[in-house]
Amino acid sequence: MTVVLQVEPFEPGALLGRFCHGRLETGAVASFTGLARADEGATDILELEAYPGLTDAEIARIAGDAAERFGLQDWLVVHRIGKIAPGEAIVFVATAAGHRREAFEACDYLMDYLKSRAPFWKKSHGPDGVRWIEPTDRDRTDVERWETP
Amino acid sequence: MARVLLFGLLADVAGWREADIPGETLAALRAELGKDEDLGQALARPGVQVAVDRVIVRGEAALTAASEVAFMPPMSGG
Repeated sequence: MTVVLQVEPFEPGALLGRFCHGRLETGAVASFTGLARADEGATDILELEAYPGLTDAEIARIAGDAAERFGLQDWLVVHRIGKIAPGEAIVFVATAAGHRREAFEACDYLMDYLKSRAPFWKKSHGPDGVRWIEPTDRDRTDVERWETP
Repeated sequence: MARVLLFGLLADVAGWREADIPGETLAALRAELGKDEDLGQALARPGVQVAVDRVIVRGEAALTAASEVAFMPPMSGG
């Protein structure tokens, strides 16, 4: 149950390998890796800003909710901050549960919340200048589907 | 007085990220910040959230000189 915010690039395969290691009672690990897109040449660099002390606490709260809702045994969220080149990983989420459905759904839930409810601000630097990226309508409806009873 | 932090687009609009701003309440702080018309408009946009001492608050909050008040535009991670 760990949140990591880091400037340095990470290797998603290595994170997944370590997360899976030594689990005797975990039937399922699901993971998601988000990569920075070049947007067909519109983005040279993505820049992610966080609010240390709030961003990590909010992610831990969201993941705690997911752990309770889906009965997770463990979870890991690694999120880059600072400047990120297209093709590099921005976010890695892994969830561990007794069975696959809970692991898949919790991973999906975590990503939906990270997209529009975790304190990050994303700026695209490209040939046409600088542009702040705000959550899309799709990001909003994705997260709302977990909130309808 | 409070330590004000601006994030994302708000910092670009204001031209600063961190400053001590006079105000005993969030409303007073907003009025002070609104003297910069562009920043006032940006702060009034839907989806802007406020955190006091790293806790997201809705509505009003009393502030002290030691309070850290963050104004945060719509969030976009992942």
